[in-house]
Amino acid sequence: MRDVAIIGVGCTTFGEKWGSSFQDLFVEAGALALEDAQLSGEKIDAMYVGNMSAGRFIEQEHIGALIADYAGLATRHIPSTRVEAACASGGLAFRQAIIAVASGMEDIVVAAGVEKMTDVEPGASTDTLTGAADREWEGFMGATFPGLYAMIATDYMHRYPLTREQLALVAVKNHYNGARNPIAQFQQEITVDTVLKSTMVAEPLRLFDCSPITDGAAAVIVAPLERAREFTDTPIKVLASAQASDTITLHDRRDISTLDATIAARERAFKIARVTHKDIDLVEVHDCFTIAEICAIEDLGFCKKGGAGKFTADGETALGGKIPVNTSGGLKACGHPVGATGIKQVFEVVQQLRGEAGKRQIDGATIGMTHNVGGTGGTVAVHIMGVL
Amino acid sequence: MSVARFWRKIPQRYNLLGTRCETCGKHFFPPRSFCPECRRTGRIVDYKFKGTGTIVTYTVIHAASEQFEHLTPYVLAIVQLDEGPRMTAQIVSKADEIKIGMRVKRAFRRIAADGESGVIHYGTKFIPLE
Ligand SMILES: [Zn+2]
Repeated sequence: MRDVAIIGVGCTTFGEKWGSSFQDLFVEAGALALEDAQLSGEKIDAMYVGNMSAGRFIEQEHIGALIADYAGLATRHIPSTRVEAACASGGLAFRQAIIAVASGMEDIVVAAGVEKMTDVEPGASTDTLTGAADREWEGFMGATFPGLYAMIATDYMHRYPLTREQLALVAVKNHYNGARNPIAQFQQEITVDTVLKSTMVAEPLRLFDCSPITDGAAAVIVAPLERAREFTDTPIKVLASAQASDTITLHDRRDISTLDATIAARERAFKIARVTHKDIDLVEVHDCFTIAEICAIEDLGFCKKGGAGKFTADGETALGGKIPVNTSGGLKACGHPVGATGIKQVFEVVQQLRGEAGKRQIDGATIGMTHNVGGTGGTVAVHIMGVL
Repeated sequence: MSVARFWRKIPQRYNLLGTRCETCGKHFFPPRSFCPECRRTGRIVDYKFKGTGTIVTYTVIHAASEQFEHLTPYVLAIVQLDEGPRMTAQIVSKADEIKIGMRVKRAFRRIAADGESGVIHYGTKFIPLE
């Protein structure tokens, strides 16, 4: 297996982008990544694109060919493959690109993620996202996606010391970071009161506990580490790529408030990278809901089970804390174009490791981690990256 | 959901019909035709669940997709059936009466109406057990 490096990254701004089509979004992200790697399109050997539900959101399938075509690569006939794992589609696309390069099959590979969510009504997007759960035995019974995470929150708050205010502090912290990220959907800071007074969605979760509906795309380019210096002075080495699965239904999990797939992926990633949680300078976790960040911090090993509420309230996950979590603003404030999120997390970590994160820069960051979840934990991808 | 897709699962949705492995005694809902514990030595038979269980966790849904909008706010829970398997279902009860550990029993109720086709789907909800 060859070592793999990231040689270029690009990301659109995230938000309700009425003026941009699905094609516009990924062409923009791809062009930014190519420019970053100072690479021309004909050098690309293969593409993987994470996308959850273009079929439901824009009534378009066959995304692999569509993307290669609109990227101007149709006449080059490169392999272009769509990867789908609900909200973890991007993380899995990144992993497929890494595998392609590590195996020696390909050299220059693009991993992209894209989702255009605002071309349908909110009710329709709610129903589409419910497809990340088990349609027959969760969706059909009346479950919504926020509803499933709300049941995790109810279970968690029944068993561990987490207050409603501590849960709100996750969103407050992520909005603070988002306000310092030029691509973020929400650029304004909020208070605990903003969260507690927002509309109830699924008790105990309110609107400001939930990530928004977002349009956006992101792309990263990977290459063999030995060739990385041909393209960039600041290659970022991929230290580990891990993926795990679990039951698709929440009710069949061993433990409602623990994502065993997160634990499995984290253990594999730490073993491959030969690092521990103490070596990680920052982490982008999958905070589709505030409770999801609480579980993620614990299941990734940054604090003990049941301790993440206090850990957050103590500021340990903030920019100056012990382990800054979601410096990008996370899914909550940066936005959550589902298929693009896993790639945007890599984009953020690469910016941090290159020292290009501006007002949200973690000084001297050398190793970063991403954590991307599909559904309520049926799929998890964990990646660890470091400076050379 | 299409009529056929719904109709296919009627025994399970209406009557909580699952399966049981006679070798190890484990129950399955929705039914499995293969015991993951016993594998080739497993003997799977049909089993109708008693329909009583306990609330493991719950939420009250205020924002729903179109099919369920008319029901909001409604209680959704994970119920552990007495035989072991867990399922996600609505609880017909006042939101402020719901508690973790509450005993419930199955009830045959209207679950949703498909907007376009107008087909009404029935299935299992739970009600508090006095
Ligand atoms: Zn058995």
